[in-house]
Amino acid sequence: MLRVIVRRLLQLAVTLFALSILVFVWLRSLPGGPVDAMLGDRATPERRALLVKALGYDQPILVQYWRFLQRTLVGDFGASTRSGDSVLSVLGRAFPATIELTVAAMIIAVGLGVPLGYLAARYRGRMPDNLSVVGTLVGISIPIFFLGYLLKDVFTQHLHWFPPSGRISIGMDNTHVTGFFVLDGILTREWDASADAIWHLILPAATLATIPLAVIVRITRASVLDVLNEDYVRTAEAKGLRAKVVRQRHVLRNALLPVVTTIGLQTGALLAGAVLTEKVFNWGGLGTEITNSISGSRDYPVLQAVLMLAAIVFIVVNLLVDLSYAVIDPRVRVR
Amino acid sequence: MPLLDVQDLSVVFARRGEKPFTAVDNLSFTVEPGQTVGLVGESGCGKSVTSLAIMGLLPRRGVRVSGRVLFEGADLLALRPEDMRDRRGRDIGMIFQDPLSSLNPVVPIGLQVAEVVERHFGRTRKAAMVEARDLLDAVGIPDPQRRLKEYPHQISGGMRQRALIAIALACKPRLLIADEPTTALDVTIQAQILTLLRQLVVDSDTALVLITHDLGVVAGLCDVVNVLYAGKVVETGTRHDLFANPRHPYTHGLLGSVPRLDSPRGERLTPIRGSVADNIPWAEGCAFAPRCDRVNDACIGDTVPLEAAPHGRLRCTNPVPQEVGV
Ligand SMILES: Nc1ncnc2c1ncn2[C@@H]1O[C@H](COP(=O)(O)OP(=O)(O)O)[C@@H](O)[C@H]1O
Ligand SMILES: [Mg+2]
Repeated sequence: MLRVIVRRLLQLAVTLFALSILVFVWLRSLPGGPVDAMLGDRATPERRALLVKALGYDQPILVQYWRFLQRTLVGDFGASTRSGDSVLSVLGRAFPATIELTVAAMIIAVGLGVPLGYLAARYRGRMPDNLSVVGTLVGISIPIFFLGYLLKDVFTQHLHWFPPSGRISIGMDNTHVTGFFVLDGILTREWDASADAIWHLILPAATLATIPLAVIVRITRASVLDVLNEDYVRTAEAKGLRAKVVRQRHVLRNALLPVVTTIGLQTGALLAGAVLTEKVFNWGGLGTEITNSISGSRDYPVLQAVLMLAAIVFIVVNLLVDLSYAVIDPRVRVR
Repeated sequence: MPLLDVQDLSVVFARRGEKPFTAVDNLSFTVEPGQTVGLVGESGCGKSVTSLAIMGLLPRRGVRVSGRVLFEGADLLALRPEDMRDRRGRDIGMIFQDPLSSLNPVVPIGLQVAEVVERHFGRTRKAAMVEARDLLDAVGIPDPQRRLKEYPHQISGGMRQRALIAIALACKPRLLIADEPTTALDVTIQAQILTLLRQLVVDSDTALVLITHDLGVVAGLCDVVNVLYAGKVVETGTRHDLFANPRHPYTHGLLGSVPRLDSPRGERLTPIRGSVADNIPWAEGCAFAPRCDRVNDACIGDTVPLEAAPHGRLRCTNPVPQEVGV
């Protein structure tokens, strides 16, 4: 197991290296750049040249990348060309925000998706199943952007049940420990802060959860239908086991294996969806940073760091999924 | 009173938009306490469906079950599902054909055995595990303590079937139903499993319904044999009578297609011609008639009744003549 983890981490390093080149070159191939953004249209060519030189953008791209790599490897990620803040402080703010949002969305997707998928399979061809087919179709095809604004309109403008945007109420003077507000509230026993953070989380998380929720309902349904036909479920029934034991120990434990795999793959979709969701709810996470850093300002250091971080999250989550799969299914050997 | 008395059991599969299909057709047979009874017939004749109907394991939708399944006098078909759940595994145990697919791949063997005693005897997990170990030991699984934590894919096919036998017999049921218990196993293992089964049911005085398409399996084990064709019993008799002197042409044909130790080397086996697909409905005569060598006019037109015969029961208008001196 340990060897597997080490090997996978080495693979991660290689992947990240390749990806860093790709992102680096891609960013610089986009029209415009941070210098234009910083100086505006009316700067003199002399000032321009000075700034370009100061930032090192006059060097050949290979040299630029080499310097970037050297700095990155010693932990110097540079500063935002837009705000001047260090990239680390930007990430320290944005990363927990996005992770909190995606984890909340995943909890909703799994927590609702598995039981709903099970019900759909159990009542195959009847009302709950038909509802799930229609519901998941809507869930998969509705644009996040549209859904986000719709929910916001209904639940904040008209019903006033939830706050329209942000992660925490203005004036809520919560202590920052990890940057995960819900967790911080629990750690510092500022329960009101936790509750407030959760209250802010619900709408954006629900928005972000729709696609993974629909996918998980469908996968669980199909998987449960497969498992219900398995001989070992018949054996379990032949033993006279209670319905609950048959369901949990014999049906769900097997049916959830494909669902676990999906969770890994859905992480990618969640990170992509977070960009839109964060925009709608003004969330201030990685997605917000991407939107702000790419439009106009071309904030190379921040963009590079955020995209790499997203890749790391995706790869690490999938590694964890593979490892947990091996724990759940004794037949699987991870490589 | 017989232990199990199946009376006029019928199972009809009727899905919406499809023609209803009668898999089991007014089937009757009995099992006395401690007796071993065979249900024999070609694949598709309704053996598995019969066993599932007795166990109450047929899907609830799209299936019509009628008749009575009296177990110690109580009709199992009339029980509420929850009451039937209490009896399955405790009063009646069941073994299935494919030991690999019949065990849960992600649950350790120990728990798969222990959960039955936990359920029906109200044991704690710890006590149930101790019992599970003894049960595995009793079915001849070596090093049972270690096997408790192993998973089905880690043990051999023969061991898996032994584990399933341990599960089925864990609560000392009075009846065991074994549906093709050796069909999926290697020939060498088949004999071992049959020997084990016979030893266990004899020692514990458990009645056994042995389902098979293989008369060779029946030969070593059964007291009484019911031969099934297209969902109906065509002949019943003691093992000795049936093997020595089969009266129904179908039974006769089945015996002719079984390799026998005493048959001369090189003698060709004679399989029954045609296939089950060539049936005519029982309502229009004998379903076996299209494949029968002894067919005559009386075979077509009306249902041929199952009648008492000297050696048991027989459903035939023109049976194979009784051999002299038997
Ligand atoms: N769930 C089902 N739906 C429809 N037909 C079925 C079902 N199960 C079994 N049958 C049909 O019933 C007949 C008897 O099946 P079965 O009892 O499994 O035969 P066997 O004697 O080989 O065990 C077969 O023709 C089979 O196709
Ligand atoms: Mg069968």
